[in-house]
Amino acid sequence: MEAQQTVVKRPIPLSTNYAVAYAVKDLDVDVVAAYPITPQTTVVEKISEFVANGELDAEFIHVESEHSAMSATIAAALTGARAFTATASQGLALMHEMLYIAAGLRAPVVMSVAMRALSAPISIWNDQSDLFGSRDSGWVIYFVHTAQEAYDTVIQAYRLAEDPDVLLPVMVAYDGYVMSHTTEPVVTESRPEVLKFAPKRPYPYRLNPDKPVTIGAIVPPEYLYEIKYQNVKAMEGALAKAEEVDREFGKQFGRSYGIMECYMCEGAESLIVTNASYAATLKSILPEAWRQGLRVGLLRLRLYRPFPVKHFVEHASDAKGVLVVDRSISYGAPYQGPLANEIAGLKVREGLGFNLTSVVAGIGQRTMEDEDFMALVRLAWESRTRRFPETIFYGVRE
Amino acid sequence: MSAGQTPRGPLRIRSLFDLPREELFISGHGLCAGCTAGTIMRMLVKVAGRDTIIVNATGCVEVSTTRYPYSNWLVPWFHSAFENAGATASGVARAIEVLQRKGALPKDRKIRVIAVGGDGGTVDIGLQSLSGMLERRDPVMYVLYDNEAYMNTGIQRSGATPYHAWTTTTPAGKVWRGEWRTKKDIAMIVAAHKIPYVATANPAYPQDMVNKFARGLEVLDEGPSFIHVIMACTTGWRFDPALGITISRLATETGVFPLYEIDHGKFRVTFPIAKRKPVIEYLKLQGRFAHLTPAEIEEIQRLVDERVAEINRLAGKEVIGPVAK
Amino acid sequence: MAVQRLPSWREMPIGGVIVNPGNSLEYKTGDWKVLMPVIDQEKCTRCRICWYVCPDAAIKELDKPYTTKKGRAYKVSYEVDYDFCKGCGMCAQECPVKAIDMVPVEVV
Repeated sequence: MEAQQTVVKRPIPLSTNYAVAYAVKDLDVDVVAAYPITPQTTVVEKISEFVANGELDAEFIHVESEHSAMSATIAAALTGARAFTATASQGLALMHEMLYIAAGLRAPVVMSVAMRALSAPISIWNDQSDLFGSRDSGWVIYFVHTAQEAYDTVIQAYRLAEDPDVLLPVMVAYDGYVMSHTTEPVVTESRPEVLKFAPKRPYPYRLNPDKPVTIGAIVPPEYLYEIKYQNVKAMEGALAKAEEVDREFGKQFGRSYGIMECYMCEGAESLIVTNASYAATLKSILPEAWRQGLRVGLLRLRLYRPFPVKHFVEHASDAKGVLVVDRSISYGAPYQGPLANEIAGLKVREGLGFNLTSVVAGIGQRTMEDEDFMALVRLAWESRTRRFPETIFYGVRE
Repeated sequence: MSAGQTPRGPLRIRSLFDLPREELFISGHGLCAGCTAGTIMRMLVKVAGRDTIIVNATGCVEVSTTRYPYSNWLVPWFHSAFENAGATASGVARAIEVLQRKGALPKDRKIRVIAVGGDGGTVDIGLQSLSGMLERRDPVMYVLYDNEAYMNTGIQRSGATPYHAWTTTTPAGKVWRGEWRTKKDIAMIVAAHKIPYVATANPAYPQDMVNKFARGLEVLDEGPSFIHVIMACTTGWRFDPALGITISRLATETGVFPLYEIDHGKFRVTFPIAKRKPVIEYLKLQGRFAHLTPAEIEEIQRLVDERVAEINRLAGKEVIGPVAK
Repeated sequence: MAVQRLPSWREMPIGGVIVNPGNSLEYKTGDWKVLMPVIDQEKCTRCRICWYVCPDAAIKELDKPYTTKKGRAYKVSYEVDYDFCKGCGMCAQECPVKAIDMVPVEVV
């Protein structure tokens, strides 16, 4: 941890959902479009309390669907307002076309996603199938593993999104129920401090009668490719920007996370790659694993899009085994976990030598006890010398 | 005086000569030759003036007027998707409110938001989004240009397609005789939301249409408004491009498209008709009705008669008279 | 609609935004027409109806005074902008005094 704090900041007990709501308040967000869906709902409930009490001056738009939530959020941002919405699961799926539109229009919006399994069958419980269905939409995507990180990352997200060289929408994702509804200590900052870190930088071509623009034209083949390529370049540039934003956050507030976290990965022979709550749990499991001689480290994915390639290569180049834990299924894909496919590609491209093992776990919030996490650690350890060509569906009753 | 503003608020006209000369919807767009949407949009922006933001759903108007890199809108204009004009306009309007409150936009500027959509994007796929916007009372004037089918994609039926009309998805043959359901009464659905102002309008009646635009803009301080404009389509209704305004006029003269307004709940027919023309005068000019037998035309006449009776009941007296012999 | 050279991604505003709307004046739709309106300034009563109906704003109202042979003096005249007129004929159709003729475009 950098930066000395002369003032002792008292944490307050907040669920991850509430932590997100507090960040929205402290960022002085102007427009919030709200539609309820489990397990995100308490984010917008808490925000509405802030507005009702006068603690946040925002237009709270009670939309009639998530598609309209994202539509209104994008519209507000392109009018020059700081705009936010929150969703999960079916809601994220319903607004699917609008996700691509947000990125295509370069709308600097931030959305929190309390990850939940996608129907059918309907499940209100946590896995990451909703998020992984949206990973190619062009959004910057962060996974957070604590309520504190959720609060901090929403703030970082606005500074990143509104950066004139980035201007991409940003998702802050965490595990529904497991994180959204569990309480942790969170230090919140003052609004002046937060606005000093993330001052409002409105969308540059905002809808304004003083300077009329046409936004959302139909673009023929002669031009579309270049406009999409602009997004490629913006996403590439967002990586360094995200690191800088996190560094600056650390300087001002004394907390920083990096864009990929290496936890006990120095000197580790095997690595587990995962995100959010599984990463958090593994942090408590690994010390015991090392005591048992299993030198397995954790690579926690924080920034996912753009993918921190160099950081991964740096940490994984000496690993003998890498176990990728996916929380969603990519049916019929070469590896049936989406992250595993991406890591496999990286392994080949960068000529990395580890054995890759793909595991899918925790579908629909199937309980994983400490023993189960330890079993994953052992699997990672075994991966040093043994090859598992097929995805392992951990915990399914055959 | 620039387009749109008078000292008392939005422009009201007694004759065409009160319309400002300034064009804010200019030449160089790709709408069909003879597309009455062009006339409607030109007048809409003239009335609204420069302090307007247009939110446009996907459709003929959107696609024809903003083919990158060209645009013919001299006011801020935004399109994002097909079914979300209501929600998008809400986002723009509410953003303006908070930005003005927080001092990021000048407080004394009246910037009005107008949502524009075709019948497909309004009565079908966009109905939910529209309803949400109305129910929230967001300050948006919604202008529906109704050409009675999904014209942009090639004349497929919509919920606004009238009885017996040929479309590419309700063609006329041995088993089907064009569309077999009646037109969705969107103005009444909107009126059921109890918003300050709902009206039907017709470019063949310029003063009526322009003044309804003005009234719709005027009430935005209280809540949303909705103007349902009939938009005769040369390509989809199959008529000579010169006849757009003539056919639009016949729609009202036959009682097919009565002109009325509901202003704070008060129903008024704004263009009473002493003697209606028989509906065949309207149908015979349009290729989309060319397959009709005399019996089928009679069916349509009966439907029009019922509709007229309904209008007269709402008006409390006979404002649209019987068919002229 | 001649385009000199198509721009690189660096030269275009982000997100496909058109920052100079009104540039549609470069898209001259006048070549669509096969019939063209000819306004008879003698017959025209300056009622503004043709100016009103034209979907393309291709009938211009100009401060060009005109006195008819019969001595009727007008302050304005209406002229067709043939660069944009698509030849639909609505102006001729709606003109209350039949002052507009639709004549075939001469193909050179």
